[in-house]
Amino acid sequence: MVPTNYYIILSAILFGLGVFAFVFKRNIITIFMSIELMLNAVNLAFVAFSRALGKLDGQVFVLFVIVVAAAEAAVGLGIIILIARNRQSLNVERVDLLKL
Amino acid sequence: MPAHPILEYLWIIPLLPLLGSATNGLFGAKWPNKIVNWVALGSTGLSFAFALEAVREFFDSGQVLFRKEFFTWIAAGNFRAGFDLQMDQLTVVMMLVVTGVGWLIHIYSTGYMAHEGGYYRFFSYLNLFMFFMLILVLAANYVLLFVGWEGVGLASYLLIGFYFLRKSASDAGKKAFIVNRIGDFGFMLGMFLLFRTFHTLDFNTLFDLKHAAGWQAEPWGQFGTLTIACLLLFMGACGKSAQLPLYVWLPDAMEGPTPVSALIHAATMVTAGVYVVARSHVLFTHSETALVVVAIVGCATAFFAATIGLVQTDIKKVLAYSTVSQLGYMFLACGVGAFSAGIFHLMTHAFFKALLFLAAGSVIHAMGGEQDMQKMGGLSKKIKYTYATMLIATLAITGFPPLAGFFSKDAILLSAFQIPGGHPLYIIGLLTALLTSFYMFRLIFLTFYGKPRYDERKVHVHESPWSMLGPLVVLAVLSIVGGWVAAPALGGGRDYFADFLAPVFGGHESTEVLGEAAAHNLELTLAFVAVSAALAGLGIAYWLYLSRPSKPEELAKSMKGVYTTLLNKYYVDELYAAAIVRPLLWISTNVFWKTVDVGAIDGAVNGVADGLTAVGDGVRHTQSGNTRSYAVWVVIGAIVIIAVVFFWTSAGKPVVGMVR
Amino acid sequence: MTAPLAVFFVLAALAVIGAVNLILQKHPIHSALSLIVVMVALAGLYLLMGAEFVAAVQIIVYGGAIMVLFVLVIMLLNAGIEEHTSISKLAGVPGLLLVAALGGFIAATIARSTDVVQAAQQTGEMSSTKGISNMLFRDFVYPFELTSFLILVAIMGAVLLAQREKS
Repeated sequence: MVPTNYYIILSAILFGLGVFAFVFKRNIITIFMSIELMLNAVNLAFVAFSRALGKLDGQVFVLFVIVVAAAEAAVGLGIIILIARNRQSLNVERVDLLKL
Repeated sequence: MPAHPILEYLWIIPLLPLLGSATNGLFGAKWPNKIVNWVALGSTGLSFAFALEAVREFFDSGQVLFRKEFFTWIAAGNFRAGFDLQMDQLTVVMMLVVTGVGWLIHIYSTGYMAHEGGYYRFFSYLNLFMFFMLILVLAANYVLLFVGWEGVGLASYLLIGFYFLRKSASDAGKKAFIVNRIGDFGFMLGMFLLFRTFHTLDFNTLFDLKHAAGWQAEPWGQFGTLTIACLLLFMGACGKSAQLPLYVWLPDAMEGPTPVSALIHAATMVTAGVYVVARSHVLFTHSETALVVVAIVGCATAFFAATIGLVQTDIKKVLAYSTVSQLGYMFLACGVGAFSAGIFHLMTHAFFKALLFLAAGSVIHAMGGEQDMQKMGGLSKKIKYTYATMLIATLAITGFPPLAGFFSKDAILLSAFQIPGGHPLYIIGLLTALLTSFYMFRLIFLTFYGKPRYDERKVHVHESPWSMLGPLVVLAVLSIVGGWVAAPALGGGRDYFADFLAPVFGGHESTEVLGEAAAHNLELTLAFVAVSAALAGLGIAYWLYLSRPSKPEELAKSMKGVYTTLLNKYYVDELYAAAIVRPLLWISTNVFWKTVDVGAIDGAVNGVADGLTAVGDGVRHTQSGNTRSYAVWVVIGAIVIIAVVFFWTSAGKPVVGMVR
Repeated sequence: MTAPLAVFFVLAALAVIGAVNLILQKHPIHSALSLIVVMVALAGLYLLMGAEFVAAVQIIVYGGAIMVLFVLVIMLLNAGIEEHTSISKLAGVPGLLLVAALGGFIAATIARSTDVVQAAQQTGEMSSTKGISNMLFRDFVYPFELTSFLILVAIMGAVLLAQREKS
């Protein structure tokens, strides 16, 4: 069997890559996708622990996470469309109207 | 109905003037003078009536000391200071003087202040003063006495600065209060020391402790606890009773209306210091150093003030210095152990000094406000009653028999002569009596005799109304008969006044007895010497001011240095200003204001505000509007939380990282 | 090297490569496709762990709906090549340090765990859809209802946001 630790490590790696992308990429949509990546990494961890503990709670929670991610993606992309219309650019650095 | 209703409700005596003060103060602004009069005179008069009744009940009860605790004011730990009032023979004397003379001066004021603005305010303050003074004399412990002490100081400030729109008046009020404060500082330290040593400030308990604790009498030169406490109390008395070096406020206090000078700065408030020393006689007699200091300061002040009074031209200033001088006599008496003589002089002085001030007020009123004696003259025919009463008062103060001042001053000088080492004090006291006679008769001659030195067309000299003359007459009668309670002593009988106060001072008076007959002869001899001194003073004054009116000027020119020094009051005020006031002001401005208040305190507060603003300015940059920096902050926050959880140990083992 | 382990490594490598590619690509559409690869790999991993229902949901919802949505939006907005992908001055080295710190913490946490946890014996009941639905509709019925409400709100929000302004 695959030790649970391996899944956790993989989850950590994916999460770290997600954070990296979140900090360093410029395109709003890419940043959004990195958030989805992070959520997926967390889902992996949930399922892994669910298997390790022998309970189904983790998987149920994964379902909820997926639902919420879907809702968030819908609304977030709606906002991104608005931003793109207003600023004529998908560069996150152009979204700076609050700058002093 | 209890057997002694007034004694049971002794607080009614101070309370009535307080009510009068409050009523006049709150509502009097709209009332006509008549109603203000009724309230003020009524409350004081009732207080006097109740005081008489209380005295009657006190004698009726046959007690030596009546003491009643009304309520506990301070109870902290094992210290208790209550609103306790007491009545003994000393209180009887003080209370009757305060209420009686006070009431007469109230009546006088209705005439004197009739045309002044702020009429209701004057009587409100005057009644307030009566309240505090009565608290002072009725108090049964030092704490309540101090309440009255401070209160009369406040009333004095309010009344001296009554014409507050005049800068000299408000300055004088401030000076009085501040100089008094210096004395009060000593008084408070004395109280603290007494409490720390004996754990009580109640008169009864404190003065009885001498039996219990067996106090050691402290000889000359030894500065034990009692000596220091007495000296500190005396410092307070110096401030309140205008002795060296804290007398400087009294001449300036003449800025107040004349009835104020009569009541507060002649008859009652300034005698509070003498009262305190007399009340604390048990403490003082155990400390020889303190007694010597009191006697010397009193004697020196008497002489010093008399010399200044010789050349003053303002009629009220002469009387002010005379008051300082006479107070010196009272302290001299207490210092040589003759406490009842001191109180006796206090009582007679109240009569004739109040009379002198009120009569001077009458003169000023007659002259339309003029106070400079050099612009008076020849008034004896024009204001007969004022002249007659003032002459009686002058005869009393200079010590002509059989008026009151003779007996009281005589008792003091006799006691001074009799104690060991008292001869120098006696001689200075005698010299002061001569000077007193001189300047008082100088006052009379300059004011009432000679040619008028004013423009008779401009000034319409008129006699005062009967509201002012009435009290003058009553006080004149008292000045004549007031000393007769001690008169029989000269004829070989008893000194009734000393006998009356014997239960209070019993056993602590100087009892140097040279043998009955010898003592009696000594008394007569000294009396004769004193009268001669008074006559000498009268003679010199007559010679200088009546037979040779130009002589004073010649003398002044020939002794210019001495004359100028005396005229400028020995430059004491200037000395104080330079040595004390200016450095204090400099320190207050430069050190305390600029450095401490503005620099340190404001700097600290503003510094905190500025610091916070700076921090805010720095933190502001986190809200940069730059989305990517926000992302970075999110990650930083996440890492911080993970770090906290990671390093958080519970019972030595890390909380995170345990996987079953 | 047992078979599950080998499969695990393959799928894991696939996921990591997909994630790395997401970062490296300049055009968002390529990043989106890489993300789809990651998700499929993860679905495979879920299957390997025996969570069939979750794997199916992952593919259907995540892969089939969400990522399609992403691709549609990219096409709609004509997203072009990302402007200079140089590291911004704000992120830079501190950002790298942060990521390293994050990774370090997680690694240390894992290292601290007391033992290598073995998978529990899998019973059919464990991963059965029946089991999940039992839990979902009994123990977690409130969150379930709430999430359905959430989806409703999200739909309304998305519609509202994307409306063209009535001119």
